[in-house]
Amino acid sequence: MKPTDTSNPEYFHKVVDCQWGCPAHTDVPAYIRMIAQGQFSEAYMENRKSNVFPGILGRVCDRPCEPACRRGRVEDEPVAICRLKRVAADHRDDITEFLPKAPKISNGKRVALIGAGCASLTVANDLAPLGYEVTIFEALPITGGLMRTNIPQFRLPPKVLDEEIGYILDMDVDLKLNHPIDSLKGLLEDNFDAVFVGTGAPRGKNLEIPGRYDSDRIHIGIDWLESVAFEHIKEVGKNVLIIGVGNTAMDCCRTSLRIGAESVKVMARKPRGFFKASEWELEDAEEENVEILTNHSPKEFVIKDGKLVGMKFELMEYKVDESGGIDRGTVSGEKIIPCDDVVLAIGQDNAFPWIERDIGINFNDWDCPLVDETTMMSGRDGVFFGGDAAFGPKNIIWAVEHGHQAAISIHRYCQGESISKRLPDGLNLVSQKMGMHEWSFSNDYDDASRRLMPHVDLLDRFKKVDIEVELGFTAEQAVQEVERCLNCDIQTVFTANLCIECDACIDVCPVNCLTITMNGEQDDLRTRLSAPANNHEQDLYVSDDLPHTGRVMIKDEDLCVHCSLCAERCPTGAWDMQKSAILIPYAKDQLSDEEPLSAIESNS
Amino acid sequence: MSYIAKPKIMYPGRKKNNLGLTSSDYEGAVSTLCAGCGHDSVTAAIIQAVFELNIEPHMLAKMSGIGCSSKTPTYFVSQSHGFNSVHGRMPSVTTGANVANGDLMYIGVSGDGDSLSIGIGQFAHAIRRNVNMCYVIENNGVYGLTKGQFSASADIGSKPKKGEPNNQEPIDPVSTALSLGATYIARSFSGDKEQLVPLLKGALMHRGFALVDIISPCVTFNDHEGSTKSYAHTRQFYHQVIDVDYIPPAKEIKAAYAEGEAMPIEMHDGSTIVLRKVDKDYDLTSRASVFQYLREHSNAGEIMTGLLYLDESQAEMHELMENINTPLSKLPLENLNPGSNELKKLQNRYR
Repeated sequence: MKPTDTSNPEYFHKVVDCQWGCPAHTDVPAYIRMIAQGQFSEAYMENRKSNVFPGILGRVCDRPCEPACRRGRVEDEPVAICRLKRVAADHRDDITEFLPKAPKISNGKRVALIGAGCASLTVANDLAPLGYEVTIFEALPITGGLMRTNIPQFRLPPKVLDEEIGYILDMDVDLKLNHPIDSLKGLLEDNFDAVFVGTGAPRGKNLEIPGRYDSDRIHIGIDWLESVAFEHIKEVGKNVLIIGVGNTAMDCCRTSLRIGAESVKVMARKPRGFFKASEWELEDAEEENVEILTNHSPKEFVIKDGKLVGMKFELMEYKVDESGGIDRGTVSGEKIIPCDDVVLAIGQDNAFPWIERDIGINFNDWDCPLVDETTMMSGRDGVFFGGDAAFGPKNIIWAVEHGHQAAISIHRYCQGESISKRLPDGLNLVSQKMGMHEWSFSNDYDDASRRLMPHVDLLDRFKKVDIEVELGFTAEQAVQEVERCLNCDIQTVFTANLCIECDACIDVCPVNCLTITMNGEQDDLRTRLSAPANNHEQDLYVSDDLPHTGRVMIKDEDLCVHCSLCAERCPTGAWDMQKSAILIPYAKDQLSDEEPLSAIESNS
Repeated sequence: MSYIAKPKIMYPGRKKNNLGLTSSDYEGAVSTLCAGCGHDSVTAAIIQAVFELNIEPHMLAKMSGIGCSSKTPTYFVSQSHGFNSVHGRMPSVTTGANVANGDLMYIGVSGDGDSLSIGIGQFAHAIRRNVNMCYVIENNGVYGLTKGQFSASADIGSKPKKGEPNNQEPIDPVSTALSLGATYIARSFSGDKEQLVPLLKGALMHRGFALVDIISPCVTFNDHEGSTKSYAHTRQFYHQVIDVDYIPPAKEIKAAYAEGEAMPIEMHDGSTIVLRKVDKDYDLTSRASVFQYLREHSNAGEIMTGLLYLDESQAEMHELMENINTPLSKLPLENLNPGSNELKKLQNRYR
């Protein structure tokens, strides 16, 4: 193999699994170390830089960082990254003075954002401080989009939304509530310099089976959640069936329990392991005694005397093959389950009845607009998309990242620069050595298990619809949980010409990830390391030829716990522990001198 | 050394031996030797060897004297027996322990100072008695613990960090052991575990005195230019004569060996060591020709390594002395201490 090119920021970025896994690339290890040091405001601001809504995301993020977390590979459970984010938000001081502010004089460019959800708000957050006149058009009387209408208050209190959205609106953003846009063509005639569409995927999927329109007790999940949020719906029958087993279904079943349901069943078509809902959302629902019935495929609604009395299901059997794939299933019987209400939570679709089809924006077969994945621009110059509106339903953190990228494009577009020539990521590496055996971070491996999130007692939490269930980590829990972090951003950096091949690093490595051997092809090398490198998603770090023997040092990045012992045992300093900072450019960084970010800029 | 202890991490897929133990179960306390010391690599090789041999920790006894080398038993197999004796006296303490309990596996770790200066008499007599033990010399040519004075194994012309080059003839533990009648003699290098681990396994399973002389550079006092025991010098003049593959009992020999280049030798416990000859003319069963071969090559400045001499036919100490096989700790008190009348009878036999 060729020596690893560590000057490419991507290599060390990939080692920081959580940051690499996060669509917005939040610098997780950096901010959770700040939490352990009690620097909550600093941790909050570090988060806000990339994910804009730390308090919101600290409660309801889809947390792609956690399945990626190395700790989950080294032992069972990843670090509770998401809930640590909430700790930073809960314990921060007043941070308003650190927020970006809109300049007194505008730059004369006007940008329209459609929808006041997370994607549009991120664009506003990035563009308002640069002097853009930003106008947000929102159809509803409130901001937040699905964050407010679809996520129940017992998971995300309105106060948290108001605060974090307020930070953005306070940058002189012009917010027009109750202002649906029913023609994009019409809006374009208003001569905005750019338009951003962040209207989400607002149409809940329907289930066209017999009886569907014979009762008013059959609800579309996301519409129903919205009605509960607006208090248009205040109660539900005693027996409720939820169709579908995604995260919306989890919100529907838990909401039902708070507005009168006594028995709630979630009806899944497939067996466990094939559910769409996140593991932790399933756990939270089951803690509340929600029953999940598997292998039930909806057949028809049972209506008696014009009243919904139950639902008929086909009982399914599936074959799962060796690679974990599942077949279409065969029907083995039928069953009627009585109920008073049914909530359909089987997915969402995009819907753009208000976008004319003759203005240069093209759509695919699923009514999704054709949008460039890097620039977020549609077929029509100056019209950008982001969030669920762009590529169909994803999640909040993806919407935020789309917002950042769209803001970069809008900024470059409005200033007459190419939107495809964007600043690349930068990389900064700084040695963390403080003394003989002293590092600037807590390098000792802590074998503590994941802290459990304390919840409001089961008896108390159903009293009202807006009692937040999770209490948040205590300071002690937070510190213990942070110690579980392996500090993957403190990189092991190797300098081949200093190595005397004494084997000290290899002997002391607690996970046997180092080897000195003759170079070869990757597939061959992976089999003849100290421990076989079977995780092909993780790179091998290959050194230059070593001076004494011409062999190479190879590190398998998979299980390294960043304990620094290799660097402590190295007599010549060939191994060093260096903190990597991935310098990610935002709209504000573009167009200054068009040079990649350097360390100095990252500190400002 | 390092400040934090090596953490014990049970990552998925971590290898376990037949006893269900991982290699970290065979580790010891955190090393306080200099970072980069060859001795730490020897420690790692011993850990790997006993892990792979499925040795029950309580059936191992680790013995040592004084010196950097003699600190190292602390750093492997915490749960075994151990004795850290007086300087140079490890061989006689091991002899005594072995007389009392021949069931244990004995590994003595010594250095060039401990074995070739103050303890050379002890070293010689342990060989003469063919004590059943694995005798490791971590050989770096200097007294590291007292800041780098030349030891008895320093080569002529080798330069110290400060001061004058050595001009006295070195004592070579391999030729010494050869002339004294040792039955398993190997030399290796701390920086070559592929060779060292099987050699240690063979030495541990050999019945009788097994010497493994390991060039183990002193990274602090003897790893500079002009030193003949540095990492760089050893790598430059390092030659493999005969390597071994250790194959445990009841396991088929699967690797393919070219004819004339490999020779299996069965050991007393039923295991096999397969000799892989790098130099085809080398005859490791002839004491005289081995002696001559080593002398010639060492005169040329070459460091010959591998299993250099082997004789599986000699009786070890217990057989020579016709001792009882049962460990003394397992004998009933009346047999162990038959009383004063029996003592008198015995004494009368020699009057």
